[in-house]
Amino acid sequence: MGFSFHYFANPARFMRASGKVLPWLTALTALCLGVGLVGGLVLAPPDYQQGDTVRIMFIHVPSAWVGMMGYTMLAAASASALIWRHPLAEVAAEAAAPLGAGFTLVCLVTGSLWGAPMWGTWWVWDARLTSVLILFFLYLGYMALAGAFDDAARGRRAASILALVGFVNVPIIHYSVVWWNTLHQPASVMRLGGPSIDPSILWPLLVMALGFTLLFLTLWVVRMRTALIRRKIEALELAAADAAGAGHYRPVTAP
Amino acid sequence: MSGFMHWLAMGGYAAYVWSAYGVALIVLSGLAVSAISGYRASRRALDELEAQGRTRR
Repeated sequence: MGFSFHYFANPARFMRASGKVLPWLTALTALCLGVGLVGGLVLAPPDYQQGDTVRIMFIHVPSAWVGMMGYTMLAAASASALIWRHPLAEVAAEAAAPLGAGFTLVCLVTGSLWGAPMWGTWWVWDARLTSVLILFFLYLGYMALAGAFDDAARGRRAASILALVGFVNVPIIHYSVVWWNTLHQPASVMRLGGPSIDPSILWPLLVMALGFTLLFLTLWVVRMRTALIRRKIEALELAAADAAGAGHYRPVTAP
Repeated sequence: MSGFMHWLAMGGYAAYVWSAYGVALIVLSGLAVSAISGYRASRRALDELEAQGRTRR
């Protein structure tokens, strides 16, 4: 595992391998989302308490999971960027942030649309909702910070540190429903003793979760490939500028 | 009420259920479109740059 990670951490190798994997990843994503949507919107029965609003859970819960998974990836990639200064880790972190923000936004909005008819309120400042809102702001903060410096490398370093510090929020989100008295219900899938959900509703939820995860991974790979191509363009332009300025070029020396 | 209309009505929660799916569709397809268009633009720019490099020499 460790070996294969380092093997594919080479940018050129990553481009070759991801180019081969991407069509399969895309097809599998489409398949899971298609099956999950039919399962969630048509085959799953309405809940005896929530009625048809339970169908919102098939996008709310997976987007919450992927929002948290995305932040874990962002923090892990930021840590390896800070420790090993590996260019692919920086690319991975920057490519993950907007995707994680998007999934977290879907989680917040769909949760609100479920809360309005079921709780009688669009929003409450309880521990779970607040910690997920903080997750969304951490993503936005990372993106703002990464682009806020004239020196791109400094911006990335500052953003990586924010990503690491903000990681404490991920376990807080997971345990918020245990540690505090929240209006949000406790975990019903990732709990000791197994899921407490009926199989007729559990299977579309898990297929949608797989579909959302694959969608994140697919778009993550596409965004990483884009960033690697942009870096290559920058390097080529720099080389062209050097060649054009050959002879006139004077190195900047410190006074 | 036909089966399809019954399904669309979502047991009276149509506004909430379809809004939730609509928002998810807009946000997630927005992520997909921006990722793919960004990739195509960078690929095109690199191809042009490499073509220039070949003709210059």
